[in-house]
Amino acid sequence: MIDRVVALGHLGLTVVSSFGRSGRFLAGVLLGVPRPATGFPLLIKQLYGVGVLSLAIVIVSGLFIGMVLGLQGYTILSDYGSEAAIGQMIALTLVRELGPVVTALLFAGRAGSALTAEIGLMKATEQLSSMEMMGVDPLRRVIAPRLWAGFIAMPVLAIIFSAVGIWGGMLVGVDWLGVFEGSFWGNMQSSVDFAEDVMNGVIKSVVFGFVCSWIAVYQGYDCVPTSAGISAATTKTVVYSSLAVLGLDFVLTAIMFGDF
Amino acid sequence: MTQRTTEIIVGLFMIAGLAALLFLALQVSGLSPKPAEDTYRVYANFNDTGGLTPRGRVSMAGVTVGTIESISLDKKTFQARVTMAIHSDIDNIPADSSAVIRTSGLLGEQYIDISVGGDMESLAEGDTFYSTQSAMNLERLIGNFASGR
Repeated sequence: MIDRVVALGHLGLTVVSSFGRSGRFLAGVLLGVPRPATGFPLLIKQLYGVGVLSLAIVIVSGLFIGMVLGLQGYTILSDYGSEAAIGQMIALTLVRELGPVVTALLFAGRAGSALTAEIGLMKATEQLSSMEMMGVDPLRRVIAPRLWAGFIAMPVLAIIFSAVGIWGGMLVGVDWLGVFEGSFWGNMQSSVDFAEDVMNGVIKSVVFGFVCSWIAVYQGYDCVPTSAGISAATTKTVVYSSLAVLGLDFVLTAIMFGDF
Repeated sequence: MTQRTTEIIVGLFMIAGLAALLFLALQVSGLSPKPAEDTYRVYANFNDTGGLTPRGRVSMAGVTVGTIESISLDKKTFQARVTMAIHSDIDNIPADSSAVIRTSGLLGEQYIDISVGGDMESLAEGDTFYSTQSAMNLERLIGNFASGR
């Protein structure tokens, strides 16, 4: 009995101390601003790895999600004879919700896990500690460019996802199922507001990008430096990022679109 | 891959993002680059505004000619006072026109329709509509019908 209480208390302390370490870690990364001359090329390299290489999966999923929305929306809306409203349905769902959320989930699986594994292996092979020996701060040299790259790439990916998805929805709705093109775009334009809908979606994706890359680099930096530890850290990155994205999405939606 | 190639590819990636944002702004949300139109304010007092909301549209003959700016309660008469912003190029609305609250479709949103009068003078900034017609209240209509009045 006593052992269980002790174990519970130990678990609580572990969780709290890991939050504390991740906060101190984030402060260290953000405050240690790299010099522009050396930092910028590193950032570009990470943007390529995190952003450009994720483009293929984001475009393909965006296209298919837009097409499925078009198909599903058409079957439901045509029951009420209002299939012209398909444009606004696709645009609002993508721009407000699916664009930021699905991109963040894909981003966590595609880029976040890679970041964790890379940094974890650097730690396991003691590259990070040898950097420290040489007087190079690994937080600035290794972690900061990766965190900033995720932070910058995620909104760009989410915007591309939404745009491609709307195009895919138009492909199915207008070109295949024969919804009148004028009312497709007209309904969409009258119901989607740039500041309310598009910009709030962008703000969501900025938050998600920050949270996903923070979790990814922290899990890599904090992992147990063994092969089992790296595998556990990679799993944790994907699970925690997905949960954080879905939970934060509810909170952000309640703040942005809830009427209270 | 050389540093330069990476830079160019990342640059293309950022440009693709900007182009997608531009697409969302212009084609999807219909944001037009021209500045907001000049407007002038007119007022109307209603007994019941029903589900009228600010940013709703004001139309004449089905064409949108302005927007509803605000709806407030006049504390003396207990009527709702609606402020409308009408586009400046529609400057010849006859002064005896009336403002009518209508519903678009059976379940659509409510808007103000201006029924044109025949006066030679026209409404200007700060004027109030002489006659108005409140929102049709379905419950009251059914209640009147049921009680035979």
